[in-house]
Amino acid sequence: MTTRTAAAALVTCAALLAATGCSSSFGDSEKTKQDTAAKQHLTVLIATSGDAETKAVKDAAAAYQKESGNTVTVDVAKDMNQQLAQAFAGHKPPDVFYVNSDQFANYAKAGSLYAYGAGIKDADDFSAQLRASFTYDGKLMCLPKDSSTLALAINTDLWRKAGLTDRDYPTTWAGLKRVAGKLTGGGVTGLVTTNEYQRLGVFMKQAGGWVTDAPQTKMTADSAQNAQGLDFVRSLLGSGDLKYAQQVDTSWGGEALGKGKAAMTIEGNWLTGAMKLDYPDVKYKMVELPAGPAGKGTLAFSTCWGVAAESAHRTAAVDLVKYLSSAGQQLKFADAFGVMPSRTSALTTYAQQEPDAKAWVDSAAYAQGPVTIAGFDKVLGQFNTDLQTLRTTDPKTILAALQRNGEQALAKGD
Amino acid sequence: MSFRTTRSARRAPSASGPPAAALPPSAGSPGAPDAPGGSGPTAAPRAPRTPRAGRRRDESAWGWLFVSPMVLVLGLFLMLPILMALWVSLLHWDGRSNPFGGQAEFVGLDNYRSLLTEDGLDRTLFVTSLRNNAYYVLLTVPLQTGVALVLALVVNQRLLRARSALRTAFFFPSVTSSIAVSTVFLFLFQGSGAVNSLLSWIGVKGPNWFADPRGVLSLLLGALGVVDPDHPSGPLADHSLLGLSWYQWLSGPSVAMCTIILLAVWTTSGTFMLIFLAALQDIPRELEESAALEGAGRFQMLRHITLPQLRPVLFLVLTLGLISTWQVFDQVYVMGQGAPGNTTLTPAFLSYSSAFDDADFGQGAAIAFILLALILCLTALQRWALRERDARPGRTR
Repeated sequence: MTTRTAAAALVTCAALLAATGCSSSFGDSEKTKQDTAAKQHLTVLIATSGDAETKAVKDAAAAYQKESGNTVTVDVAKDMNQQLAQAFAGHKPPDVFYVNSDQFANYAKAGSLYAYGAGIKDADDFSAQLRASFTYDGKLMCLPKDSSTLALAINTDLWRKAGLTDRDYPTTWAGLKRVAGKLTGGGVTGLVTTNEYQRLGVFMKQAGGWVTDAPQTKMTADSAQNAQGLDFVRSLLGSGDLKYAQQVDTSWGGEALGKGKAAMTIEGNWLTGAMKLDYPDVKYKMVELPAGPAGKGTLAFSTCWGVAAESAHRTAAVDLVKYLSSAGQQLKFADAFGVMPSRTSALTTYAQQEPDAKAWVDSAAYAQGPVTIAGFDKVLGQFNTDLQTLRTTDPKTILAALQRNGEQALAKGD
Repeated sequence: MSFRTTRSARRAPSASGPPAAALPPSAGSPGAPDAPGGSGPTAAPRAPRTPRAGRRRDESAWGWLFVSPMVLVLGLFLMLPILMALWVSLLHWDGRSNPFGGQAEFVGLDNYRSLLTEDGLDRTLFVTSLRNNAYYVLLTVPLQTGVALVLALVVNQRLLRARSALRTAFFFPSVTSSIAVSTVFLFLFQGSGAVNSLLSWIGVKGPNWFADPRGVLSLLLGALGVVDPDHPSGPLADHSLLGLSWYQWLSGPSVAMCTIILLAVWTTSGTFMLIFLAALQDIPRELEESAALEGAGRFQMLRHITLPQLRPVLFLVLTLGLISTWQVFDQVYVMGQGAPGNTTLTPAFLSYSSAFDDADFGQGAAIAFILLALILCLTALQRWALRERDARPGRTR
């Protein structure tokens, strides 16, 4: 009996070893052989915000196909992180794909991205903050496909009902506190936003602080400026003039604004499309965020066009990215699904075409780009979790935890 | 995992089986053993008879041939990936290079160390997920087993009308996709959803279910005036274990987690009801009849006849429940992804997010293996607790 078991175990192990040895999917290809055919086939993987975006990207790909002769297939991911990770591990990545800013550093560190930035002659045209966010090891890895900034959205009906006029648009923290207090009451909260650093971080920025230093090599979370910014948020939370979106039974600021539960919210330019679609009757106005003790501050977001290091069509893929990120194409995307161009030159044209988006366009000049450090997803996720308890917790405790977690992640990444 | 069969006759009379004397008398039990002609189990096992040994070898060769497709499939798609994952859990793998080619840095037990012994975010998140899941298991398993048993007893009544309709109704949640059910629950339990509307009719203001990170035990303690849930202080807040304060350990499942527990109980009790029902219908009528003749009441019948007969099935249901509740993933993925306040974070989801969101595949694999070890230990413990005790305490009747 024992010998038979041992024999079976041995045979199984041998079979497993043989299978491991035979598996070719983990083949080591240091340099991917490049396809040199005149007509190439490219695959593009995107994580879409909706049908409008899918259609716009597919149309752009079709136009490129006609112009270049290369064929392009656009696929829409259901779970982008998981699908990309699987594709990289299986050495069959799509040629061109969206890279979310919170995943950028992970991919760059693993060497999955082809750094094509040096070959882009007019790279300086792209917003400097976003270029900084998509730079790894001193190399610009990928081009931001668009940009978004945060501004203050105001429900004009509620504004007038509270006896406020155009002159009352807040330009300072004191002004914001005053109008938020006036607007609160009767089922309406003055300011509603989500409990994320991606929104509340504007107050840290306005106080002169931020999560990291400019080159993203050191944590600066526990600075007095950051504490001052969060203290201001806490005072608004304490007086009930600021509430988190979930507290008023909505999932984000735009929904609270549309449902009339919020008189003001802090959101980016995706708000335009959402309001048009879900709450076409609600009138609102966008103004720049008020300035804090250290001046104006807002946050910028973007996704970049990644090209896979293991793509066999790198030249054609970069060519496609150049086409997709051209000024003309960016303006088409802006028109189709409400994103802002990431090229400074196109931004001016965009501001003329969309006068309502002026606040967002103007904010781009002083916006802070997203944090892009490898392994920081959970650190910032934990920060967002902690911000949920900001009303009852000392900001210094929250920031100290962020500092500690961030330093550990930085140390682990080196 | 082996489930003991109650009927000895089911044991295959294989040549390597126990001698016949060890078998309980099979007379009277249904289904006589279909012993192959000639090779009676009474033969002395050690007798060196050549033709018999030869046939045995033949049989085993054929046996291996017959099971080989399954062994291959299991080995290739189950054992091999498990061993590969075990290897990955010892690496600092970036998800791109070949994990078996030596480029990935071998870090030994570092991934396990950062989860278990080193103070930091990794351990805090992992321990939090364990705490959440422990409360989830502690509530879900007894509830779903109890509800399933009661439902099975109800629909097993011979006098009950519309039995099959009821059986279908109770079983229905089990055949529905868990993703779809989770989404429906999201709508039902919104702050202004159907559940809170119902509660408002009886004058109760329901919480904002999925946005409420407060632990139910801490709410209870707060209501009793033991601690202030907003500002916990005293010994509970000052002492900590594995990076979580005692207060955090004791605050119980959050309101959001309770909703997921409710969902789990609702969907799984139908499945387990079916298992209990099958077992109930297997209890010999004679036993119940003789108990009735002895004058046993309904409760006594349940206590002394039905439940002891259900013991193996109870073990099965508890084990299946324990394993599936420790692995809860899809409801968490749909409903909260750990929010609010990390109170719906579970090890299975954490494993997924460290691998795919933080590109830390080694740690994701390490979490999975700690979870596996935990489940094995708990199942062993449960097996020991539910073992057949030979000497039963004598009953006075």
